[in-house]
Amino acid sequence: MIEISNLVKKFGLLTAVDNLSFKVEPGEVLGFLGPNGAGKSTTMKMVTGFLAPSSGTISVCGHPVEGDARAAKQHIGYLPEGAPSYGEMTAQQFLAFIANVRQLTGQQRKDRIDTVIQQLHLEKVINRPIDTLSKGFKRRVGLAQAILHDPQVLILDEPTDGLDPNQKYEVRELIKGMAQDKIIIISTHILEEVDVICSRAIIIANGRMQVDDTPQALLAQSPSGRLDDVFRQVTAVGNLS
Amino acid sequence: MSNFSISNVSVIFKRELQSYFATPVAYVFIVIFLVLSGAMTFNLGGFYERGQADLAPFFNFHPWLYLFLVPAISMRLWAEERKSGSIELLLTLPITMLEAVLGKFLAAWLFTAAALALTFPLWITVNYLGDPDNGVILAAYIGSLLMAGGFLAIGACISATTKNQVIAFIISVVICFAFLLSGFPIVLDFFRGWAPQLLVDAIASLSFLTHYASISKGVIDVRDLIYFATLIGAWLYANAVIIEMKKAS
Repeated sequence: MIEISNLVKKFGLLTAVDNLSFKVEPGEVLGFLGPNGAGKSTTMKMVTGFLAPSSGTISVCGHPVEGDARAAKQHIGYLPEGAPSYGEMTAQQFLAFIANVRQLTGQQRKDRIDTVIQQLHLEKVINRPIDTLSKGFKRRVGLAQAILHDPQVLILDEPTDGLDPNQKYEVRELIKGMAQDKIIIISTHILEEVDVICSRAIIIANGRMQVDDTPQALLAQSPSGRLDDVFRQVTAVGNLS
Repeated sequence: MSNFSISNVSVIFKRELQSYFATPVAYVFIVIFLVLSGAMTFNLGGFYERGQADLAPFFNFHPWLYLFLVPAISMRLWAEERKSGSIELLLTLPITMLEAVLGKFLAAWLFTAAALALTFPLWITVNYLGDPDNGVILAAYIGSLLMAGGFLAIGACISATTKNQVIAFIISVVICFAFLLSGFPIVLDFFRGWAPQLLVDAIASLSFLTHYASISKGVIDVRDLIYFATLIGAWLYANAVIIEMKKAS
């Protein structure tokens, strides 16, 4: 379980995340939505232990991120925004490095690397330097890295950005397939994605929680039956307040 | 973040070392280091003309070689991670800041040690030509390696302050130059006008050149070892603090 309580992040005078509290249970796929600059990525960076909160607490599978970062990080697979990696390494070398950091050994290590290569269709590019790969392949290498140790918690910052429609479909199927016993948090701009894969949606604006509901309930609120309208309505209100 | 794991340091260390050899950087560095150190020894140092069987003309130029070559190695250590965003990946893996800082530094240090070791034909040459004191030569190699470590720790720390490798290089050269010559008037005159004598003396005692000179003459004094160990430790600590402060930007 992920428990976030009274989370605040300030950058100088700017309050990027403003008193955010929520819990995510195993089996939930949480869509994390909001306009650019709403604080989605900042929240994810705090949950994964990259940034320290100004105040508030985060606990991942019972481990406080501020107190026992290593234990919390061991339970998390994270795809940062833009899927950064080490461009001079081949995809194979990069995954081997991640496997080393994740302390995978022996047959399990081999099996996990083979599995993620197959799941993300990396066979053809596995021996090419990551720098030379297309945007879609870079994103998939980033995803492979995040799921390599079969983590309890998956945090994906715009996982389908830069993928073509077929690849988007496959990544969504992959995420759905992993959803049963995991906690998955996805930030996205693509609202149809929320409808397809998420069991719950949180919309934030100006760092504050605006909506926390199921995608179905959100759709029911909209006279037009489109999530875009709900999103616009909710975040416009957020901007005024 | 208190628990420290050597195996994590070694994972970071290996990845870093691998990345040197994945690009031409490593080969270019090693070739240039060997060519320049050879040229300086034989041309500027007058290796043959001196008629002495020692490697002093070789080691005397190391501080000046390192001044430009070591920042070229260290400039990418953190600046590249910050520019590409991979720092976010690195620091959300289950490793601590200390492990990351040490792993990267040790990889760069081992790399310079390898370049230094490849100068062994000079050692063979001087042993073939005469009967040098190999104890002094070994001490000088150790001193040279320690000095390279000092330069690298400074460079790693400066690399953490910027996303731009060129800026990291230039600032590292300037700071290394100040440390190199801190016992000399060019640096001390800058402080003499306004700083208390105690501070001026402290700065004078920080000079790389004086500490290196005594080791390279074959005198391994504990104080010189402590000097380099403290210097490396302090700059690496600053490195970790700066990453912690600036990683969000």
